[in-house]
Amino acid sequence: MRDVAIVSYSQTPYVRSERVRNEVEMLMPVIDAVVEQSGIARREIGFTCSGSTDYLAGQSFSFVMAVDAVGAWPPIKESHVEMDGAWALYEAWVKIQCGEVDSALAFSFGRSSMGETAETLALQTDPYTVAPLCPDTISMAALQARVGLDKGLFSERDMAEVAARCRRAAKDNPEAQLKGDFDVDKLLAEPYLVSPLRKHDCPPISDGAAAIVIAAGDLAKQVSKKPVWIRGIDHRLDSHQLGSRDLSLSPSTELAGKKAGVAQGPIDFAELHAPFSHQELILRRALGLADDVLVNPSGGPLAANPIMSAGLARIGEASRRIAAGKGQRAVAHATSGPCLQQNLVCVLEG
Amino acid sequence: MSDPSAVGEPQLTAAHTLEYAYKRSLGPVLSRFFTGLRDKRIQGVKTGAGQVLVPPAEYDPATGEATTDEFVDVGPGGVVTSWAWVANPRAKHPLDHPFAFALVQLDGADTSLLHVVDTGDESSMSTGMRVKAKWADETIGQIQDIASFVPEEAS
Repeated sequence: MRDVAIVSYSQTPYVRSERVRNEVEMLMPVIDAVVEQSGIARREIGFTCSGSTDYLAGQSFSFVMAVDAVGAWPPIKESHVEMDGAWALYEAWVKIQCGEVDSALAFSFGRSSMGETAETLALQTDPYTVAPLCPDTISMAALQARVGLDKGLFSERDMAEVAARCRRAAKDNPEAQLKGDFDVDKLLAEPYLVSPLRKHDCPPISDGAAAIVIAAGDLAKQVSKKPVWIRGIDHRLDSHQLGSRDLSLSPSTELAGKKAGVAQGPIDFAELHAPFSHQELILRRALGLADDVLVNPSGGPLAANPIMSAGLARIGEASRRIAAGKGQRAVAHATSGPCLQQNLVCVLEG
Repeated sequence: MSDPSAVGEPQLTAAHTLEYAYKRSLGPVLSRFFTGLRDKRIQGVKTGAGQVLVPPAEYDPATGEATTDEFVDVGPGGVVTSWAWVANPRAKHPLDHPFAFALVQLDGADTSLLHVVDTGDESSMSTGMRVKAKWADETIGQIQDIASFVPEEAS
């Protein structure tokens, strides 16, 4: 295995609705910043991979126009995944492992505000047996929360505490969207949105973009004073049929965590892609994190949930925190699909 | 060159229908499931380990092995294993009044089917409650052939 490190990360401030700029205009300053901070000349970056979904733009091959933000002349080696940017990063990491390139740029973007995201995401369910019923994301997450509540794995108060803690932590993150001090008792007095979920258990609707540059060992050491090493990265998935899974568990996260080597050292903090409050509690267990491990110091997806970037943002936020000296070894996690169907786990070290 | 519209000639127009102008085959397993729904039967398929999957699948999600060609009738009664109360239905939801999305483990099945339960109010919902399928007036071979699940005692 080649050593690979994150050498720079950049993201937009996350907002409820990006009214003025299109996707390319959103991306350009992010990509300019991440390339400049990487210390690698734009022309020298060996590979570019993006993560986005046509379903948000409502236009096929919408990702092609985003290449404008990278600067595609002279010609570049480029790829795209119809997934969160964390999986674009994974493809870039594989490309470096194959020895084809020594550096890569991965980026992602999405404007959830353009449609009914909760309904759009229902289209990723089984097109014959499930999607015609339009189970929106909130309803599916509510089914999952109920299983955990019924089994006594967590309480509605535990869920509210996750939401309050994340939005309190987000006060220190200038790029987070939903932040502030919330009283748990007051949150629990609110009505249900889709029972057993209340509004605070759900993520905000966010527009935004993120980008990351990775480099192989010697190059990373040469261009960066504080490279953040990817010590393990792995992704696994569970059945797409919700009714054939125990929704209170996440076996794919557990397996990806083992393969990525989470337990091979102490964990200082974790950035978890848990858009719904109860999902953080499920992921903590699946990753075997001790109760005192700090989770989502950035605020996490409950403070900003840019669809297609929220997973890459977990890896990016974790790398920035390590580079800033606020931790030595961290877990970053990304998810895709309803109710934590597919999961990517990444172990980072300073 | 003269502008045809300026001299009163009709502009060329053409109808455009946005569609996927092809048919997809459901394959051997789901075809059988949906043909069954049309005939008001709910069928699952057995895996090599003897588990009954509903909805049926061509492959066992636990092992990746092909499922067997043994289909079994399940339901129409079953147990609610989880539910989410939708107080404000969306336009695209199957029901236009408050309902529950639910996972229903049909009698004879080892997995649960995602569908809707129509009880009228949240207080009559509970995990473990028994429900049964209520068929649509016209069944044509789609998941909405089951209009909803309703409490068993009420039927």
